[in-house]
Amino acid sequence: MSRWIPWVSTFVAVIAMIVIWKLVIAIFDVSPFVLPQPEDVLTGVKELVKSDGFWTDVRVTLTETLVGFAIALALGLGLGIVLGRVAWLEQAARPVIVASQVVPKVALIPLFIIWFGFGMTSKIIIVALLAFFPILLNVILGVRSVDVGHRDVMRSLNSSRWQTFRRLEYPSTLPYVLAGMEVGIVFAVVGAVVGEYLGGDQGLGYRIVTSLNNLEAETLFAVIFVLTLFGFLLYLAVVGLKRFLIPWHDSTIDRTKAST
Amino acid sequence: MSADTTERRFAPEVSGTLPSGQAEIDVRGVSKRFTSRKRETLALSDIDLGIRKQEFVTLLGQSGCGKTTLLRILAGLTQPTSGEVTIAGRPLWRGDHRDDDALRKLGLVFQDANLFPWYSVEDNIALPLRLRKVDKRERLRRAHELSELVGLQGFEKALPRELSGGMRQRVAIARALSYRPEILLMDEPFGALDAMTRDKMNMELQRIAQATEATVVFVTHSIGEAVFLADRVVLLSARPGRIRSITEVDAPHPRPLEFAAEPGFQDRVLELRRQLIEDEERVSRQGGVIE
Repeated sequence: MSRWIPWVSTFVAVIAMIVIWKLVIAIFDVSPFVLPQPEDVLTGVKELVKSDGFWTDVRVTLTETLVGFAIALALGLGLGIVLGRVAWLEQAARPVIVASQVVPKVALIPLFIIWFGFGMTSKIIIVALLAFFPILLNVILGVRSVDVGHRDVMRSLNSSRWQTFRRLEYPSTLPYVLAGMEVGIVFAVVGAVVGEYLGGDQGLGYRIVTSLNNLEAETLFAVIFVLTLFGFLLYLAVVGLKRFLIPWHDSTIDRTKAST
Repeated sequence: MSADTTERRFAPEVSGTLPSGQAEIDVRGVSKRFTSRKRETLALSDIDLGIRKQEFVTLLGQSGCGKTTLLRILAGLTQPTSGEVTIAGRPLWRGDHRDDDALRKLGLVFQDANLFPWYSVEDNIALPLRLRKVDKRERLRRAHELSELVGLQGFEKALPRELSGGMRQRVAIARALSYRPEILLMDEPFGALDAMTRDKMNMELQRIAQATEATVVFVTHSIGEAVFLADRVVLLSARPGRIRSITEVDAPHPRPLEFAAEPGFQDRVLELRRQLIEDEERVSRQGGVIE
């Protein structure tokens, strides 16, 4: 029965949002330049999709997000596995990791734009930087979390180094990698969009800036809508990957079925 | 310090060495010292123990007496500080390396089932065969044969999370048996189970041990369980871990539950309890100071 709960709640939430939206406009007599009607936003979305260069912008933002995310994943996995295994190295690297975690990375974006220009390169680097840390930290945790009892089993079976990795370490760490990816993909989209509107000449983030400059609230809302869908689809892709790769894990199984 | 306390600083010590050639597992002069930054602990001191082929031996003792350490040494998971372990005539350790042939004779069951949550019951059972590159059909055939032996037929495709504690432990036993080891080493395998399941598992274990003709070394802190299962009960005393006594239990296997009501069973339980209490008092007199 829990399968349809999220669907119903989503439907109710959307309806409630639209009702409140319309009520606010009616009661406070809000100007359409500040808050357009929901149906106008829908028309805005239709126009946006049909407008010149829309799909190019989607492609640009998607490329930045995916390439940056792929770099973050590769670096996060590589470095995470090394730091997770070599305790002294992780201790040595910890101050640097904490420091770079604490730096508000969005503040570095203008710097990257000065260094790497207004093109895709600077955005890809921003995306990679933002998605990298959640992946790295989760991979370190995952590598550390291999069960001691499970290790004893493999050792008592005289398994080789490769077998221990393939049969134990890899499947044990996978849930943590995917948890890192789940957070990482959301950060990646944020990185691409913020990068574009702080210093871009194309992409969905750039569309936000242009519609803001033209005081087109409808288009602005339409872009937000498209970006939400964009982020949601990428997130769904990661969750789908999770269901495919770790169907045995607690996080992917229905709570109601898992209770026994 | 009175003469009495000096005398009783250490418990009486027994050598369990068997005449040469009789022992399938031969432990000679095994000591284990754990060193941490704060202190050094002598977990086992000069243990001599021989175990015959197809014998059922239980290692009994209070917690901290080194029984698990001794089992881990037999399993090749912990290297003794000194002394030697021989499995069917082959030294288990050669330098820092473990002997492949000796290891192959050993099957291990832990207190936690330690099943891999990403594998189904049959894949968990067949894991050792997979590591030994047995082909898939043969692996599955053996897994089904074993799930029948341990009473899990019909659950082959289930994931460990879907099983009860007792069922998981059955899977762990089946996994340990998958490659037909001659020796089954069990570390409090039923310690986490409720009393009823535990009784049932003890009956099953006797049947399985007979069916597989395995030599069994079984660690427990339950006196009743130790006497019920064993051909010989090895009582270890703590600080340092030594063999305090060896008790023969000469009733034939499989023993029915009624065996626990017989005087032969109860006398031995009583005597072992007396020794354990004596040992506990000795340790508390030492005030927890180690060596």
